[in-house]
Amino acid sequence: MSTRIVELRQGILKKNDQLARALRERFGAAGVLVLNLVSSPGTGKTSFLEITLRELRAQGARTAVLVGDLETDNDARRLARSGVPVKQVNTHGICHLDAEMVGRNLDVWEGLALADLDYLFIENVGNLVCPSSYDLGERIRVAMLSVTEGEDKPLKYPTLFNSADIAVITKIDLAAACEFNRELALGNLEAIRPGIRVFETSAKTGAGMEEWLRFLTSQQAGTMQS
Amino acid sequence: MHELSMAASIVEAVTESVAAYPGARVRQVRLRVGVLSAVVEDSLRFCWEIVTEGSALAGSELVVTVLPVVVHCASCNALSEVEYFGGLRCPRCGEPAGDVRQGRELEIESIEIEEAGEMEDAVASQTHRAGSRFPGGIEERV
Ligand SMILES: Nc1nc2c(ncn2[C@@H]2O[C@H](COP(=O)(O)OP(=O)(O)OP(=O)(O)O)[C@@H](O)[C@H]2O)c(=O)[nH]1
Ligand SMILES: [Mg+2]
Ligand SMILES: [Zn+2]
Repeated sequence: MSTRIVELRQGILKKNDQLARALRERFGAAGVLVLNLVSSPGTGKTSFLEITLRELRAQGARTAVLVGDLETDNDARRLARSGVPVKQVNTHGICHLDAEMVGRNLDVWEGLALADLDYLFIENVGNLVCPSSYDLGERIRVAMLSVTEGEDKPLKYPTLFNSADIAVITKIDLAAACEFNRELALGNLEAIRPGIRVFETSAKTGAGMEEWLRFLTSQQAGTMQS
Repeated sequence: MHELSMAASIVEAVTESVAAYPGARVRQVRLRVGVLSAVVEDSLRFCWEIVTEGSALAGSELVVTVLPVVVHCASCNALSEVEYFGGLRCPRCGEPAGDVRQGRELEIESIEIEEAGEMEDAVASQTHRAGSRFPGGIEERV
């Protein structure tokens, strides 16, 4: 019996990568800075975003949020209180957002024009494994970890932390209570993603948020097409 | 869960490629998967049968080549394989080396197919083989 080998040499996620590339071009043309926030469940993505949105709004920036969740719309309702447009993406059991879901939800988002936005935040599904493989067309991927999760998170989930552009350590108000070893955590982040910039924040006390907002503002200025 | 989406993406991509060979069945799918790609081989195998059911890939074998992480070190200008959990450091000089040159792959390398004519009629397959079935952009070797 004769068989033949067909060489494909093609990315498994080629479709997603193509969609993500198209989204990235669209975001660039609209001058909107897009960030993809990824962490374990409960790290504090929504709390961190609530403050970020409030502060950006106070500065007069135009912001919107896409929030991925397995089933509920709790996060969307929390975020909507900050007064910015929020859209919930229920993934119905899928453990990550992909570029198709992002594109589709942007297309059906009534009253939202990308060109009118300065920032679009995407809160990914709480999961440290799956979102790392799916490019959403974001400019900045933010990997977050809380002081309550243990300093070795970056070593246990190197794929995600290695694919991140920025790291945020959350809940630093609890650092002492958790005997959080800051040097160890920073060292582990550096080991997995040499040179990564790290923000240390608390949604309870607001610590570190000023520096984060300055960073956002400077990055948004960089999205302007010349 | 994640491997289920991956497996579905593989089936979709392979199905598109075998469309150029009407009636062909896929015998084997070869993947190249980097250590940093976050794909667990066992989980992929676990759902393979279910995901391929009813498609041209039904009953096919999955062959996975796992690629270690290779980094480029800016200090000594060398490419080296690194240990996954130890962090990304150059094993030669010990400096941090985040320039990953291999290890993120998530690729379908090739597929082995059995064409329809050959299965139904071994003699007829000789003539079928002569026909041109080269789809655009796909290299082929027998
Ligand atoms: N002490 C303290 N608690 C926090 C902080 N940020 C978040 N929390 C608490 O941590 C819990 C989870 O916070 P969320 O913001 O919902 O976390 P999340 O990452 O959005 O969670 P998922 O969307 O379910 O993955 C909540 O009870 C928050 O009140 C912080 O900076 N300090
Ligand atoms: Mg949340
Ligand atoms: Zn070196």
